[in-house]
Amino acid sequence: MDMESRRESARALFQSMVLIRAFEERAAAAQAEGKAPGTCTSVGQEASAAGVVKALSSNDLILTNHRSAGHLLARGADPGRMMAEVLGKATGYCKGKSGTLHISVKELGVILTSTIVGGELSLATGVGLSVSMQGSDAVVACFFGDGAACEGIFHESLNLASLWNLPVLYVCENNQWQAFVHRKETMLADHISPRAASYGMDGVTVDGNDVEAVNEAARVAIAKIRETRKPFLLETYTYRTRGHYEPDDQTYVDPEELASWKARDPIASYKKKLLAAGTVSEADLAAIQREVETTIDGAFLFASESPYPAAEELLTDVYA
Amino acid sequence: MIHPVPVPGHEGTYVDGLRLALFEEMERDPNVIVLGEDVGVYGGAFRVTEGLLTRFGPSRVLDTPLAEEAIVGAAVGAAIRGLRPVAEMQFMDFISRGFDILTNFAARNRYRTGIGVPIVVRGPSGGGVHGGPFHSQNPEMYFVHTPGLKVVAPATAADARGLLKAAIRDDDPVIFFEHKFLYRRAKEVLPEGDGLVPIGKAAVRREGTDVTVLTYGSGVWIALSAAERLAKEGIDIEVVDLRTLRPLDEETILASVRRTSKCICLHEDTRTGGLGAELSALLAEKAFEFLDGPVLRVTAPDTSVPFAPSLEEAFLPNANTLIRAVRKLTAY
Ligand SMILES: Cc1ncc(C[n+]2csc(CCOP(=O)(O)OP(=O)(O)O)c2C)c(N)n1
Ligand SMILES: [Mg+2]
Repeated sequence: MDMESRRESARALFQSMVLIRAFEERAAAAQAEGKAPGTCTSVGQEASAAGVVKALSSNDLILTNHRSAGHLLARGADPGRMMAEVLGKATGYCKGKSGTLHISVKELGVILTSTIVGGELSLATGVGLSVSMQGSDAVVACFFGDGAACEGIFHESLNLASLWNLPVLYVCENNQWQAFVHRKETMLADHISPRAASYGMDGVTVDGNDVEAVNEAARVAIAKIRETRKPFLLETYTYRTRGHYEPDDQTYVDPEELASWKARDPIASYKKKLLAAGTVSEADLAAIQREVETTIDGAFLFASESPYPAAEELLTDVYA
Repeated sequence: MIHPVPVPGHEGTYVDGLRLALFEEMERDPNVIVLGEDVGVYGGAFRVTEGLLTRFGPSRVLDTPLAEEAIVGAAVGAAIRGLRPVAEMQFMDFISRGFDILTNFAARNRYRTGIGVPIVVRGPSGGGVHGGPFHSQNPEMYFVHTPGLKVVAPATAADARGLLKAAIRDDDPVIFFEHKFLYRRAKEVLPEGDGLVPIGKAAVRREGTDVTVLTYGSGVWIALSAAERLAKEGIDIEVVDLRTLRPLDEETILASVRRTSKCICLHEDTRTGGLGAELSALLAEKAFEFLDGPVLRVTAPDTSVPFAPSLEEAFLPNANTLIRAVRKLTAY
């Protein structure tokens, strides 16, 4: 990569992470002010979302889970329509019917956001099958958590995808938490990726707080899937620095562990790295930050001013 | 800080009632164990199991990974060997993952092998808290339909306690639907003594002469508030809290409808195949000659529980929708 494309790529990754952070912090603040219902955030995990999604092509498909704002925003979803869904407004991506944890955007190929943990793993198999049968070169990215990897559906799905040679990139965002219980309490292994071997699949763990490392690992994995048409398990090892849900006082979290991961904040680390390498200037990054703030202000305003869905919507979309 | 264990004879919420029942039953019977997601160290997503781990230790209070099928399956296996497991679903919406074990194993084990399965699967159901489509459902009818299962749905704090205790002592599998909207809103003095409430026995919450309202869970509170308003119009409704959805207390139901001659079935669950359909059939079979009007249903419409506040409000039955139905029926 020449200097200019490196700079462009760095800007895009940085902008994406900052946008995710600002969006989620605004949604959380609105909850605290009584202006929005509770929501899940992925604060601390932005590098995973931005790094993987920016490695996908526009015809690739995404299935994801309840902690999905990052995947959607990195994919280019409109923050205004997303915020409107968070507030249950008619202008939301799902007309306000689905709500904050379940935003799907079919026009962007984000075809499922499952809050029944692990549901996305199951459906990704069929999505992969359709892509294969249609002879498309698309890849299906399926995001799920370390908790979802404890569900039986994980095993059934990965085994089948491997058996059928399906082009699925499984992305396990191992954020160390499964609601209010630490990962260490629910599994004896630290990593999910070694499980890939038992399905005859490749598996890799990457530092999920290093956006460039994630992006590079995802590019390699995706290239391999396109070439072999076989599934791949990528584990992004990261940390959920806010609560499971808003509000959440996190009294159950070890403060030292939390502090050590906050010190590795993906956005601050990347900023430091870019400035040290001279890839972009301080002014450049500040401009990105300002733009994002304006975007989020606009998004929140749009969402707040949007109407709630009319009562007639209650009975639409139940059947074709 | 662990909140003190609720005390009989003092005021407690619905959650307090549940929590007290667990403490009392675990104290009474060393075979009672509790398992589920976040039930131990954290004390349960809704704090129902708070303090159990400290008191009874990790061999009887088991935190599990996300694995509903394994949770329910482990409960069934342990029950077959004489333990009395109480499995929590963090939300009853996720009981779908345990459906196979409950309907194919727990429900049919006694019939096939003579070995009973004394488990309780409990957790929060119901809407009204902006939970959206996957944290608000009322999936009781999948289980009401299944012979071999018992289904319980308390409406009050005292019943939450008394019915949970009865469910734990029951020799058959009991699916226990709590209502999350009532968790901290329903409160009363929890009775002195053991406070047991038998499974299969309905309660007449308000006596009335004009119309019987058969309901359960959140519906009880809707019916009671409608009753007050209707009383001002001179309409006197009887509110029957079913408490157990299977087996139904036919005696109480039929006695009430024979007296009032008019009946409305009220539930938050959706309409088609809801409990109201079963109750209507029961009345057609066993109270036909006493009825002075059609049996009506006031229920949620046949759709998903919507997220948007405006839609959820339109979705949930409320006192106004019930009052309209009562007026229609009394004018009949
Ligand atoms: C089948 C199912 N079980 C339980 C829950 C409740 N719940 C929602 S998110 C969550 C934790 C999921 O952990 P993980 O998969 O690691 O994802 P994370 O929240 O950490 O992103 C739990 C227990 C659920 N939504 N679905
Ligand atoms: Mg996790």
